Amino acid sequence: MELRNTNQNQQSLLRGVDWFTVGLYAVLVVLGAVSIYAASYDFDNASIFSFDEFSGKQLLWIGLSFFIGLVLLLLDRRVYETYAFPIYVGMLLMLVVTIFISPNIKGSHSWIVLGPMSLQPAEFAKFATALALAKLFGGYNFILNAKPSNYLRALAIIFLPVMLILAQNETGSALVYLSLFFVLYREGMSGLVLFAAAFAVVIFVVALKFSQEMIMGITVGQFSVYLMIMLLMVVMLLFHSRNFTVARNVGAWYAGSGLIVFLLHLMGVDVNGHIYFLAAIVVASVYILVEMLKSGIKKMLVTVMTALISIVFLFSIDYVFTTVLQPHQQQRINVTLGIVEDLRGKGYNVNQSKIAIGSGGLTGKGFLKGTQTKLKYVPEQHTDFIFCTIGEEEGFVGTVTVLTLFMILILRVLTIAERQPTTFGRVYAYCVASYLIFHFCINIGMVIGLTPVIGIPLPFFSYGGSSLWGFTFLIFILLRIDAGRRDYH
Amino acid sequence: MRKDYNLEKRKYVIGGFFVLIALIYIIRLFNLQLGDSKYKIYAENNAFLNKTIYPSRGLIYDRNGELIVYNQPAYDVMMIPRDVHQFDTLDFCHTLNITPDQLRKRFQDMRNTPGYSSYTPQKLITHISAQDYGRLQEKLYRYPGLFIQKRILRQYNHATAANVLGNIREVSQTDIERDPYYQRGDYCGDLGIEKSYDEHLRGVKGVEILMRDANGRIQGRYQDGAQDVEPVSGRNLKLSIDLELQQYAESLMVNKIGAVVAIEPATGEILALVSSPTYDPRTLIGRQRGEGYKALVNDPLKPLYDRSIMACYPPGSTFKPTQGLILLEEGIINLQTTYPCAHGFISGGLRVGCHAHGSPLPLKPALQTSCNAFFCWGLKGMIDKRSKYGNSADAFEIWKHHLVSMGYGYKLGVDLPGEKRGFLPNAQYYNKIYGEGRWSANTIISIAIGQGEILATPLQIANLSATIANRGWFITPHVVKEIQDTVLPEEYREKRYPTIHAGFYDDVAEGMRMAVTGGTCRMANLKDWEVCGKTGTAQNPHGKDHSAFMGFAPYHNPKIAVAVYVENAGFGATFGVPIGSLVIEKYLNGKIAPERKFLEERMLESNTIIYSGVKKH
Repeated sequence: MELRNTNQNQQSLLRGVDWFTVGLYAVLVVLGAVSIYAASYDFDNASIFSFDEFSGKQLLWIGLSFFIGLVLLLLDRRVYETYAFPIYVGMLLMLVVTIFISPNIKGSHSWIVLGPMSLQPAEFAKFATALALAKLFGGYNFILNAKPSNYLRALAIIFLPVMLILAQNETGSALVYLSLFFVLYREGMSGLVLFAAAFAVVIFVVALKFSQEMIMGITVGQFSVYLMIMLLMVVMLLFHSRNFTVARNVGAWYAGSGLIVFLLHLMGVDVNGHIYFLAAIVVASVYILVEMLKSGIKKMLVTVMTALISIVFLFSIDYVFTTVLQPHQQQRINVTLGIVEDLRGKGYNVNQSKIAIGSGGLTGKGFLKGTQTKLKYVPEQHTDFIFCTIGEEEGFVGTVTVLTLFMILILRVLTIAERQPTTFGRVYAYCVASYLIFHFCINIGMVIGLTPVIGIPLPFFSYGGSSLWGFTFLIFILLRIDAGRRDYH
Repeated sequence: MRKDYNLEKRKYVIGGFFVLIALIYIIRLFNLQLGDSKYKIYAENNAFLNKTIYPSRGLIYDRNGELIVYNQPAYDVMMIPRDVHQFDTLDFCHTLNITPDQLRKRFQDMRNTPGYSSYTPQKLITHISAQDYGRLQEKLYRYPGLFIQKRILRQYNHATAANVLGNIREVSQTDIERDPYYQRGDYCGDLGIEKSYDEHLRGVKGVEILMRDANGRIQGRYQDGAQDVEPVSGRNLKLSIDLELQQYAESLMVNKIGAVVAIEPATGEILALVSSPTYDPRTLIGRQRGEGYKALVNDPLKPLYDRSIMACYPPGSTFKPTQGLILLEEGIINLQTTYPCAHGFISGGLRVGCHAHGSPLPLKPALQTSCNAFFCWGLKGMIDKRSKYGNSADAFEIWKHHLVSMGYGYKLGVDLPGEKRGFLPNAQYYNKIYGEGRWSANTIISIAIGQGEILATPLQIANLSATIANRGWFITPHVVKEIQDTVLPEEYREKRYPTIHAGFYDDVAEGMRMAVTGGTCRMANLKDWEVCGKTGTAQNPHGKDHSAFMGFAPYHNPKIAVAVYVENAGFGATFGVPIGSLVIEKYLNGKIAPERKFLEERMLESNTIIYSGVKKH
């Protein structure tokens, strides 16, 4: 790979910019401003241009963000690669400083107050982390799976900001960085990690959600998790270890022993669930280990480990839930899972948010006519719950339009990512996509009551300069890097 | 740079995961926004406070346009419990001049009311004064969740005709179930025309749609009031009652138990409807209503019991004109037919006493002297006339049929609630008592003179008087003359004809005229008007005889027909005739002639309650 004549390109710096993405960005930002106007509109008085209003300020942020975007496009793309680590380190320092100089805003220490405006460095740390991660992966002959120390370096880049942001007490913003595991996956990390994470979430949800009713002396949740572990073992033996015989035998063992327990139950003899399932799984595991030693298929060990880790996880859920999580986090999870329905207290936000969106119907109540949002039933309606205003006033048409715009944007970023000629560009683009996916899934998921309430903004829509600028940095640096892709042969 | 195509495929996993989530969200949004309309209702319940605007209730005038009942505003402090935040209760109590304990008790009571909901307006304090209202209104912004509901209470210009007017009260659960118009806290008519004309009087409630924010504060009117509904005022009523006459009749009945009914024969309009003892309708207004009502219910003289339309009395001799009419109609007698009276009716060991007068005698003198024997013989002549009717039972049924057509035995249909039908036995009734075919005229002879099983309300007796005055027809008596913007129901405009030929009424009227000029009702003989009348002295198991009178005047083109019934007051001539004739005189002349003032005074001052056996605490 070799650079083409770059001097020639100096004259037309904007050549090669993906204008489609710029357009999408502009549309989303404008729609965002309109939504903020609607969300902060009061039936009595409102002026879109008043800087006292959220919408007025947001217009200022938007104007500045277009300026930032232009500057970012005009910079030489090599600046980003060259200064990736200094930028990253600078951002880390800023996060550290923030912890100490930030005022306490509802327990969070994440804001730097500069006169009339406040900035949240955690939003800017996103692009810095993305640049650093891209720089690491773009290093000469860096292959993630080549040696474990590569994993350590990548994880260090990801978790340094996570630690600092957690120290600021901004759990939501810190969780966003976990989305970078998508990037690691794309760059070679085993899919089993994502799969294990997904399976852990499922176990967590099922065990908690069905922890009320009892069957065989254990909760329905535990019962279901045991069944899932058994099923998973058989499936893994089939598709991961590809050993049909062992899979069949284990399956037959589970089916047969389960049938016996059921018959015993019919005859009035109840076997304790824990005893039966643990015994059945241990017997199967021993059998698999024996078969492994005989056949030498080491992959079977993964199956046994998965089962054991899952069981340990199952037993630790109660501990994790009640000890590790803070009470308000427990309640948010309980509300999301429908275990408690506290519409006046913990479930109030989500319930009002669902009412706002649900009452929108097909075409909504009309611009500025939403009663849920105007009368302040939905809290945080111009920031994290901005999607409610769209749902209430523009209805299903509006929400699906916004969802579609986000889908197009994210798929476009993925397309851009895959067309990058350099690992640096690709990894950076995947970072951008991962952040967007996480924000999209969590923010919209929480307002429609599918995910727990995690306070992170909806990109481009939620009120606030930091969030908007943070995503502006992410998008326009990406566009700058992408614009230079033709420089490579 | 080396491309790893195996890894590049992973973009599908990442993209696919994202698209899957997005699709799940779209399905979720579809369910939320299009699948379930409950969220719309929730949102409306959140945002809109439908404030009822009560229309003014129809006013009530007497037949001469005198205002009797009007409205006064009252203010209730309402609260929506779920919108209420902590507030300065001490200041609140101070504003309304109540103690914190009273407020606490009110909160307690409110929560214990059936149908309590923290989402709907609840009545915290009822009927605060206009001054308190003014003070509270200024501070209301400090108490989110509280608001003031303006209501309409009644006020009365005159303490009269309580039985006709009725009153209003808060609706009960039963009312709400019966009539969906009502909501908790509404007022509806109770008793009297307030009840029977409630749908005309109440009007139509309006609604003001207010917007309320998450803190329960009112944020203005929805769409600037475009969706509001204006209330429609209730219709005014003009009563047929003559206020002056009503007051006069009530004053005559003071310290007496009984009723006076005066009807304009040509229209069926009730000029006066007195039940005594009566009460002041003002004791049943607003906050005093509870105690006032309790006192009336516990009063041993039962003032809430409208004797004019509910009390069933033996009609006594006022019943005799009906007998004359039936006998003439059935051809049992003619005007020349005479029956003997040997100080009474004596037949087969049976004796019904009578007083001294000539004998034998025909119908008119029999009416004049109120001869018991004549009507007993007449009834015997009819009931025992096998040649015509076959048996006593069939004859009796025909007899009864005529009486029903004259308005006895069934409700007349007056436009007031609670009217009673009186009692008229039928053949079956006697069959049950005596056995089929085992009774005859002698068995039941006392009904001929309005005793025995026969019971009638004063209204029915007055209606008979009006029928005779009209010479053969009547219009269902009613107390409302006009309803604003609409016409009276058909039933109060239509003539009803009893099964007696019109010609016979003249004869009965003449007999009643003779009773006044030279018979039992001489006290009713006015100088300038030809009064016709019939006394009644009804034996009853409750002590002294009831004194009754029915009559009309003038003889030709009568303008007023009356019935008077005074319990335990003795002969018809002692109380019935004086009161009836004074009412007639008052109505026709507007005043009482000097030579009759003594009579008026005697009536105003006398007390017959002492004979009723009712002990007043």
